[in-house]
Amino acid sequence: MIKTKKIKEPLFHISKRSDIEPWKAWCIRIGSGLLALLVGAILTGALTGHFFGFFEQLIKGSFGSVTRFEKLIKNTVILLGIALALAPAFKMKFWNIGAEGQVLIGALVTAGLMFNIKDSIPQPALIIIMFACSVMAGAIWALIPAIFKAFFNTNETLFTLMMNYIAIKLTAYFINIWATNGSGTMGIIPYGQLPKLFGSQYLINILVVIVLTVIVYMYLKYSKHGYELSVVGESLNTAKYVGINVKKVIIRTMIFSGVICGIVGFLLVSGDSYTITQNLVNGRGFTAILVAWLSQFNPLAMVLTSFLVCFLEQTGSQLVMAYNMGADAYSSILTGIFFLFIIGSTFFINYKVVINKKHKNIKVEESADESKDESLSTLEESSKEEVVLDGPKTEVAE
Amino acid sequence: MKKFLTISVSIAMLIVMVFCLVACNGGKGDFNTEELPAVEIEKAWDTTVTIPADFKAGLITLHDENSTYDKNFIDAFVSACNDMGVEYVISSGKAEDNTCYEAAKDLVEQGCDFIMADSFGHEDYIIKAAREFPEVQFCHATGYQAAIVNLPNFSNAFAAIYEGRYLAGVAAGLKLNEMIESGKITADKAKMGYVGAYTYAEVVSGYTSFYLGAKSVCPSVTMEVQFTGSWYDETAEKEAANKLITNGCVLISQHADSMGAPSACELAGVPNVSYNGSTVAACPTTFIVSSRINWAPYYKYVIAEVAAGRHPKTDWTGTIKSGSVELSAINNDAAAEGTVAKLTEVRAGIMNGTIKVFDVTKFTVDNGKVLGTDIVDENVVDGQYKESGIYSAPSFAYSVDGITKLNEKF
Repeated sequence: MIKTKKIKEPLFHISKRSDIEPWKAWCIRIGSGLLALLVGAILTGALTGHFFGFFEQLIKGSFGSVTRFEKLIKNTVILLGIALALAPAFKMKFWNIGAEGQVLIGALVTAGLMFNIKDSIPQPALIIIMFACSVMAGAIWALIPAIFKAFFNTNETLFTLMMNYIAIKLTAYFINIWATNGSGTMGIIPYGQLPKLFGSQYLINILVVIVLTVIVYMYLKYSKHGYELSVVGESLNTAKYVGINVKKVIIRTMIFSGVICGIVGFLLVSGDSYTITQNLVNGRGFTAILVAWLSQFNPLAMVLTSFLVCFLEQTGSQLVMAYNMGADAYSSILTGIFFLFIIGSTFFINYKVVINKKHKNIKVEESADESKDESLSTLEESSKEEVVLDGPKTEVAE
Repeated sequence: MKKFLTISVSIAMLIVMVFCLVACNGGKGDFNTEELPAVEIEKAWDTTVTIPADFKAGLITLHDENSTYDKNFIDAFVSACNDMGVEYVISSGKAEDNTCYEAAKDLVEQGCDFIMADSFGHEDYIIKAAREFPEVQFCHATGYQAAIVNLPNFSNAFAAIYEGRYLAGVAAGLKLNEMIESGKITADKAKMGYVGAYTYAEVVSGYTSFYLGAKSVCPSVTMEVQFTGSWYDETAEKEAANKLITNGCVLISQHADSMGAPSACELAGVPNVSYNGSTVAACPTTFIVSSRINWAPYYKYVIAEVAAGRHPKTDWTGTIKSGSVELSAINNDAAAEGTVAKLTEVRAGIMNGTIKVFDVTKFTVDNGKVLGTDIVDENVVDGQYKESGIYSAPSFAYSVDGITKLNEKF
């Protein structure tokens, strides 16, 4: 009898899979989303004693009244707009984390024009000027890091991040100049507001973002530009080899990204808040990165994802309000749980978890000294699979 | 065996953690504090009104309970609503933009009869909501537009916090006197520091009354003011306090909402006069006293008025008398001896009108000018600058001699 060393066999091992059926992948995603809700309900139950109340507020928070539903939709379109702006850049593997600043600078320019031009020119003309300038501002804010990336290969992640702070500080600076009441707030600027359509303040915003969604979808899927940027993203060398002008693609794509951010900034001020604050974008420039990644840069999937994110945020604040929880952070906690589960679920989409069969009983019968020679082969097999994480896995701290 | 160890270690860690949490919650130590004797408060609200059972009140706050400013509003709101037997909803963390209007609209739809907002920047959005929902009463703290927009269902409120700051200033002045007597500083070195948020009337009025309070007992006192340009910026407030301390200020007070200045003082061992509530727990050796606005009397007043089918006053100003301005317990470990007795005396003087905070004979502005004679101001009545006379929000914005502004932030 050969004496083998006793090896403890792990309970399970993981192996890579790339051939999962779409319906299975969706089941995993939906399942983890539901699981996230369950955890949220348990947490809420533990904190407030309302386990079932969680589900009640879930519905009430977003569908309890027209106002709430309207708020949900208008927040969704803003988040979606920013995610749409990010998609082309990210697909090109240009890590643009500067959407926050690109939107804010557009918003700042819009508000500045509203505040300074007032009614000295006809309002439709003012709105057109605001739109054009906001788009330009967003584009310039995206163009600066793009030029440095294209010509000097600077790190675009740090560059775009720092551009955010510049935009935030510029906003603070101008608010200090414009707001003379000493409280650091501008109040409602009564000029250059987008008109209401069919009695709804947000309808124009919604329509603009729907158009943007279609444009970005077509651009990425059917246009030559869209193809070129995905080649640049997949492999820089391939792109060079087939004669794509990489510098041009980087700059062009970032301008496209910045233009959409500028439009969102314009909508945020002229069609939504009618004011400017440092916090106007409120971290949505970062949340949008998650939205874009989770949707794998598919504009149609982004609609659903941004809706879900806004839905959860609204649920969170509804829970805080309904149960007097005291801290607004609860809304972020819920969203955090949701993201954790959804990002976690991509692991189960990309990998298979195999429960190892127990050999113990069989082994005992075969040999008295409980040697397990079979376990060696199992170990070998599992070590063959190299664990390479790919796919969406970025987590961005605000 | 290994598994058993792992499990038992995890359980032990969990238990320790739970104990830590429990200990943190119950970790209030005993401090050597002393309350001022209670005063007879004139109830500001109509006690004869019966409140309907379905009455609902709503509150919109800029941040949540983690901000001292908002916590002050929230705590008073909860206690006032409970006292009046009224249902309430608190919508916290509402920014000073369209979010505020949406929150107001949502509260209306939840059936609120009275909605209050707590931050200066909320005002435009509350007015917008007030125009849209005339059947609901909207109130806004610290604002000034109610007298201008003339909507019956919109009013402003503030409190005569300058009375509280004056009292706190007296406590500061006594502390300075103690330092002078003990030879720690000379009379000409009695310089205080003040960390302010913005250079506008609410803050200017606050630090001026604080300074005048100190000057009433310590005539040689001077003060330096450093502005941060933000209502809540812990780092900037800390830096400002440290700068003032380096400049030779021997006592610090502040008008901003974070713990930046008080904690900087505790670290440097410099006495601190706080705001918005006692900070004795974090600063046991340096905290002297704190003034704050108690909003409960106002909430009760509005609830009673609305329940009776009336509109509350366009501009309402609470006072010490109405219970709207309060002083915290005095920390005898930091305050000068006899502070409680002196403050009780001065408080009585303010309440019966013998002590006027902005007594124009007690100070000069812009290098020796006397207010009311050298400078004409409609607010100067009977030898005093009548603060909150027209609008409930403070309006005193003169540069009083003895106070140096190190910077300005609008």
